[in-house]
Amino acid sequence: MNFDVELNTLGMQCPVPIVKTAKKMKELQIGQVLKVISDDEGIKEDMPAWCKTTGNEFLGLEESGGQYTVYVKKVVG
Amino acid sequence: MAEKATIVVFSGDLDKVLAAFVIATGCAAQGMEVTMFYTFWGLNVVKKDKGPIAGAKNWMQKMMGMMNRGGISRLPLSKFNMAGMGRSMMKKLMKKTNVAPLSEMLAMARDLDVKMWACKMSMDVMGVAKEDLIPEVDKIVGVAAYAAEAQQSKINLFI
Repeated sequence: MNFDVELNTLGMQCPVPIVKTAKKMKELQIGQVLKVISDDEGIKEDMPAWCKTTGNEFLGLEESGGQYTVYVKKVVG
Repeated sequence: MAEKATIVVFSGDLDKVLAAFVIATGCAAQGMEVTMFYTFWGLNVVKKDKGPIAGAKNWMQKMMGMMNRGGISRLPLSKFNMAGMGRSMMKKLMKKTNVAPLSEMLAMARDLDVKMWACKMSMDVMGVAKEDLIPEVDKIVGVAAYAAEAQQSKINLFI
């Protein structure tokens, strides 16, 4: 999947991946896509939930070998 | 206007305070305006890590200040503290499982503009002065300030 900015949160536990995502998203322009890499399984539920509450778009999740890659599109400022 | 969340931090226990910080930073990351209101034992979270407290006016407050020594890294576990052994093991476990220590959680909360308020009444009872608190505390308030914030909050917790 295409993305504009990448955020590596490997080795970080809840709530750090979400906090870092929120901070990183502030740097993006509307329409840009953030790729977040995590090994925290909680992100599977957390990232869609975060997108839902903030109004951003959850584009999808890839899972391989205990590693999760999620894509989030910035929709709101 | 952003939605609000208010958390009363009554406990001074490591585990409960960890939960408070996780919720506070999680809500803030969601764009909510978060206030943490530190009262009673919770004051230990925002007390400086030092022995005697400057605000102690009598022997009871002095003794309380010594026995109830503050500092975010000194908080005991609510269960199995075992004179600090449990706390030390929990800290090791947190490190092993990549959970951020409380001091980092506090810094992260500040970075997300989480407000830190201290309860004046608890400070008076325990002889805690403003200079006994860490500079991250932005206000010393009474119940009305809390109530005004809580009234507008969608999430309001007592921990």
